[in-house]
Amino acid sequence: MILTAIGVFVVCIIYSFLLSFTSSRLFPSFDFIGFDQYERLWSTQRWLVSVNNLWIFGLLSIGSNMVVGYLLAVFMDQRIRQEDLFRSIFLYPFAMSLVITGLVWRWILDPNYGLQATVRGWGFADFSFAPLVDSNTAIYGLVVAGIWNGVGVSMAIMLAGLRGVDSEIWKAAKIDGIPTWKTYLQIVLPMMRGAILTAFILQCVGVVRVFDLVVAMTQGGPGIATQMPAIFVIQHITDRANVGLGMAAATMMLLPVVLLLGLQQFIQWRANQKRMNS
Amino acid sequence: MQHSVSIRDLSLNFGNVRVLENLNLDIAQGEFIVLLGPSGCGKSTLLNCIAGLLDVTDGQIFIGGKNVTWEEPKDRGIGMVFQSYALYPQMTVERNLSFGLRVAGMKKDEIEKRVARAAEILQIGPLLQRKPVELSGGQRQRVAIGRALVRDVDVFLFDEPLSNLDAKLRSDLRVEIKRLHQRLKNTMIYVTHDQIEALTLADRIAIMKNGVIQQLADPHTIYNRPVNLYVAGFIGSPSMNFIQGELKGGAQPTFVADDGTVITTGNYQFDEAPAASVKAVLGVRPEHIVIGEAAHAMPFSTDVEIEIVEPMGSDTLAWTKIAGHPVTFRCSSDTEIRVGQNLKAGFDTARGSIFNAETTNRV
Amino acid sequence: MTTEALSPSASRVVEGPRGAKPKRLTISRIGVYAFLVLAALFFLMPLWVMVVTSLKGMPEIQMRNLFAWPSELTFEPWIKAWDTACTGRDCNGLKPGFWNSIKITAVGTFFSIVIAAMNGYALSFWRYKGANILFGLLLFGAFVPYQVVIYPLILGFRQVGLFGTFPAIIIVHVIFGMPILTLLFRNFFVSLPPELFKAARVDGAGFWQIFFQIMLPMSVPITIVAVILQVTGIWNDFLFGTVFAGRENMPMTVQLNNIVQTTTGVREYNVHMAATILTAAVPLAVYFISGKWFVRGIAAGAVKG
Repeated sequence: MILTAIGVFVVCIIYSFLLSFTSSRLFPSFDFIGFDQYERLWSTQRWLVSVNNLWIFGLLSIGSNMVVGYLLAVFMDQRIRQEDLFRSIFLYPFAMSLVITGLVWRWILDPNYGLQATVRGWGFADFSFAPLVDSNTAIYGLVVAGIWNGVGVSMAIMLAGLRGVDSEIWKAAKIDGIPTWKTYLQIVLPMMRGAILTAFILQCVGVVRVFDLVVAMTQGGPGIATQMPAIFVIQHITDRANVGLGMAAATMMLLPVVLLLGLQQFIQWRANQKRMNS
Repeated sequence: MQHSVSIRDLSLNFGNVRVLENLNLDIAQGEFIVLLGPSGCGKSTLLNCIAGLLDVTDGQIFIGGKNVTWEEPKDRGIGMVFQSYALYPQMTVERNLSFGLRVAGMKKDEIEKRVARAAEILQIGPLLQRKPVELSGGQRQRVAIGRALVRDVDVFLFDEPLSNLDAKLRSDLRVEIKRLHQRLKNTMIYVTHDQIEALTLADRIAIMKNGVIQQLADPHTIYNRPVNLYVAGFIGSPSMNFIQGELKGGAQPTFVADDGTVITTGNYQFDEAPAASVKAVLGVRPEHIVIGEAAHAMPFSTDVEIEIVEPMGSDTLAWTKIAGHPVTFRCSSDTEIRVGQNLKAGFDTARGSIFNAETTNRV
Repeated sequence: MTTEALSPSASRVVEGPRGAKPKRLTISRIGVYAFLVLAALFFLMPLWVMVVTSLKGMPEIQMRNLFAWPSELTFEPWIKAWDTACTGRDCNGLKPGFWNSIKITAVGTFFSIVIAAMNGYALSFWRYKGANILFGLLLFGAFVPYQVVIYPLILGFRQVGLFGTFPAIIIVHVIFGMPILTLLFRNFFVSLPPELFKAARVDGAGFWQIFFQIMLPMSVPITIVAVILQVTGIWNDFLFGTVFAGRENMPMTVQLNNIVQTTTGVREYNVHMAATILTAAVPLAVYFISGKWFVRGIAAGAVKG
């Protein structure tokens, strides 16, 4: 059974990979043309914008996600009242699909009736916050929505990591007179490598796959301002009927995932080696 | 003389649970005190209160004559060593030792001096550039002690520091700690559940149960004159033999076991000789029971049959019954002894302990 | 005898601080709560906006007051979203999508978990050399970008005439759920004491008998986690629904997106928000009912989606 599933994955990936070297248009053909599709891909404006967007979106959303996630986890760790309530509030957006996230934020960021209009209505006539309609800022709108949806998960993972730290470490730090914030930053944070790596990899994979959010929020627009590789591929195997090019793009998408997993395996392997040596 | 550490009427509640109850303790300068008891007796809790890691519910704590009840741990003039070592894993040994001092803003050369001294005392000089993962358990615990050492404080707190080590290392490090105490002459408060550690290290032992100190005395007194049944049963391995019976009061009290056997109390030193007869328990340590010829010389002797023999190497444990109660005794491993053998066994009640069965206190 | 008798009672003078350190409401404490409350407001704001918008009439929405409670409550948008909103030519609201999603989620969750549990059980005994490679592949399968696999799958389904049918979307969900769920179950079964299996073997139970009578009853917790993972995952899926389900089996998320995107003329935000809440209702219910289990589900494998 499981072999069938893995088989499907492997066969499909190989098939996609092979198609990326053909001139397939609407239907697959096995007319091999070498690296032509890749050359075309990397000279296609739409793809270049997609990759660029992925970088911006990825760096911003992963970066802020990790930082905000850790901050929230640290604040949650202060023996606060109503911890469960706060946790539920930070985490519930994750239960909703990215389509819903996208639609809600599109409405909130609607320049005519949403947040901007409301704040202006309060008397701040110059207030301007409508990232989605400007092709220079639309990507930041996506980042905000993405953080809203996913930061709770990072928070939950990191909070679990924080709680896993030996309580005697905390005692030792208190006896040493190390301020709380310094303990969190210089002692506890480096001890949470596992939790941070988990949160980081989850974020990375989410970013590479991001599709629903963009479709619901901007549909890649304005123009091609928020194109992403995931959308690029789907468009080329459906509406744009250029399977060869789409598959080349899909293969490129596979690359960062392979690298990430490789990195993770390597870190694990090195940790094992170290443990065996000591 | 001024006390190094004084605890006054200390109480601690967790919610409705009383963990420590109206506890008083005075510790002299340079004294090695061991808090001993089973898990959950409040000994670690008490140590955490002294360290300032737990807020007390009532009472006061003085360290070096200063009331530190509301002070932060770092300002109390203490250093602490933990069971799990609690070293900062991503820092080298040297940084582990110096981190607190750096944060406190101490001058560089002073830090270096202190680290060097600690490294010399604990012989961890070659390890200074290593990380904790690269150290063995014993080395880690030395570093943890070093972290307390560099703080240059008067009082050291140890929270079960040897519990994570294997038996061999444990006895090595035990000697090490004793040597350290002899050299530094600091006040040390040491929490453990291991009575061997307590008996070997302590100037005085405080035996705790349910948040109350049962007895506070030097090891010899604790072992030979336990104040109550609990202390008597807790200290000693194999544990003390108990014979239930009645203590007949009078000028020359005698103990009558519940099967009618009469055991003279001889030179037993009564704290308070009972006027009337009371239900009582007689306690005799296994090594105080002798057999054969020697038994005839004892104030009390009787015929017994050996039931089980456990050779321990250095000596031999044997199980039998005296006055209807199961009793173990210890004899030299050279002694010829076998199951089913009938022989004479005796002891001197003066070396034992008699407890009031109702109050469980020593009489 | 207590220690009181041992300590010099003369020194029992009450001097200086005594008892618990007085608790003060420090600035840092206020800061902690201020930060958390502000963050909570940020997270709750969209939900609030969704709800109030869905209860307003269009004229009120055009008054540009995003956060205000509706002055005139109306449930019209909800009825419209459920019953008559248009997706392209059809004007049946979200209703058909809801039932499609229920069907897809129920059947998909059932099959993927049953298969994954059996796989995980079988694999938990496989501790030979190839095991690590297999688990590496599984992990890879859990992380692979869907786009790489979609096109060949489309071709495959076309070949066998299943493309755009109910079985197709089920199969896709089962396949894509397989890696992570199998890992989940495998890790769970591995964590059980092997003596359990040996004892059952000594008692004469067969391989599958042990699975159904001993292992399965013990795996209730992990199954709950898996169910939460799959129900929210499948319900929230958009991509597979768009590509594989076909018009007849279009799930709710796809329909929702269509309703919102195909509107002509004035955007009926109130209807959109009502539709959004309706679509989010099922996973939100799962989330609030399951509580802590949900967090465990995420920790176990938030890799989905």
